[in-house]
Amino acid sequence: MIISQQKNREELLHNLEGKKRLFLVGCGACATACKSGGEEEVFQLQEWLASVGREVTGSVIIDEACHIMRAARDLRHHRDAVAEADALVVLACGAGVQSISTNTDKRVIAGLDSLFLGNIRRLGQYEEKCSLCGECILNETAGICPVTTCAKGLLNGPCGGMEEGRCEADREVDCAWHSIYERLKKQGRQGVFARPVPPKNWGKLRKPGRLKLG
Amino acid sequence: MSQLQNELSQHRFVVTTEIAPPKGVDLSAALAKARSLQGITAVNVTDNQGANMRLSPLVLAARMLEAGIDPILQLTCRDRNRLALQSDLLGAAALGIENVLLLSGDHMRFGDHPQGRAVFDLDSVQLLQAVAHLNQGWDMAGRKLQGTPSFFAGAAVSPAAEPFELMFQKYRKKVEGGARFFQTQAVFAEDKLHRFMEAARPVGVPVLLGVLLLKNAAVARFLNANIPGVQVPPELVDRLEQAADPLTEGVAIARRQVALAREICQGVHIMSLGHEELIPAMLA
Repeated sequence: MIISQQKNREELLHNLEGKKRLFLVGCGACATACKSGGEEEVFQLQEWLASVGREVTGSVIIDEACHIMRAARDLRHHRDAVAEADALVVLACGAGVQSISTNTDKRVIAGLDSLFLGNIRRLGQYEEKCSLCGECILNETAGICPVTTCAKGLLNGPCGGMEEGRCEADREVDCAWHSIYERLKKQGRQGVFARPVPPKNWGKLRKPGRLKLG
Repeated sequence: MSQLQNELSQHRFVVTTEIAPPKGVDLSAALAKARSLQGITAVNVTDNQGANMRLSPLVLAARMLEAGIDPILQLTCRDRNRLALQSDLLGAAALGIENVLLLSGDHMRFGDHPQGRAVFDLDSVQLLQAVAHLNQGWDMAGRKLQGTPSFFAGAAVSPAAEPFELMFQKYRKKVEGGARFFQTQAVFAEDKLHRFMEAARPVGVPVLLGVLLLKNAAVARFLNANIPGVQVPPELVDRLEQAADPLTEGVAIARRQVALAREICQGVHIMSLGHEELIPAMLA
């Protein structure tokens, strides 16, 4: 899931300068789970906009705002309200914002900052485990990703800053390499410690990413 | 062959220390300091140490070489991708610099540009491998070099880090990667140093023990709280606290470590925290 949080109202107000009438877009998937752009947050945004003298022409929660064609369809269903607006305020991740901006020539204002691809510990508690780097070595690291969970993304073991199994960059956090070591030991395997891992092939991370099946 | 490599190959006990480049363009103080050093084999030139921006270590190392001082160029993976690292290395070789110390680098959040983006395209093991390739006349992409460098590559190790086996795995990978000498983080726990040296001795790569001058108890407490991988035992903190002259006590502690290094290591790397004039006393 894409983890996002709302920009502060001050920044949003700055972006709204000169825009009187607004159409609001939320996302029924990730932004809803993050409580950054679901029904409730769109409603709160609407109330706040009224309090700062703006008019809301309408709103929609798109099932998955990142779905480009679905966003197009939902905006068509609200054609008149969109047409009346000076700008659209989108409470969705950066992908969602761009689905909207693909489908309208109007000014699109992003209301959220997108943070990371997150695992869910429990609702409201999210952790980054994967950075979508294009070259998994999870099979050798007992299912713990050092590219993501090591603060430096090291591939050959801990840095000199590891202390008692804690990370140099944040003593509250376990050193990823310590966790890898402990789990491999439990499994009786050497895993990634059996070989020097060569430099990562960042070329596998095609940017901008694209995948077309079939 | 650099002075450092020469002396280590002759099994002479070597002494290194370190100098940070200035934050600015005036090299005179750093060069004067380097010239004033007594009894030193080679001098590390730190690379944006603690993630604090300073003048390029490549430039200071080259100027030190001109002044007849053997530099050890530190290079971190934090600030450069694989192109920049290899490019700087070739530049260093062209200027006559042979000793390099290859490091991951402290995390950006400790430094004076915490909003910057760290690189870490390579890690320290991979950078050691890259240097080994360069020494064979090839870049990381397998392209032939015009003129081959002859680096004497070193690496860092934290002998007191726990768990020991995990730290030692990394040490071993650095040896396989091509590390020809090690400089250690400051170690104050003698039992941990003995344990490390017993395991490292059969590997046969020279180890220079990191000796850090404890100027007073406040410095010791600061190190414990803020410097990754350095732990000053409580009894040493107490000794400094109760000493009539803490600096003299700190020198005595350092001297004891140097003596220990003479028994079980191949040299020392002295971190004198601005008290270069006390290095001869620490070595006495």
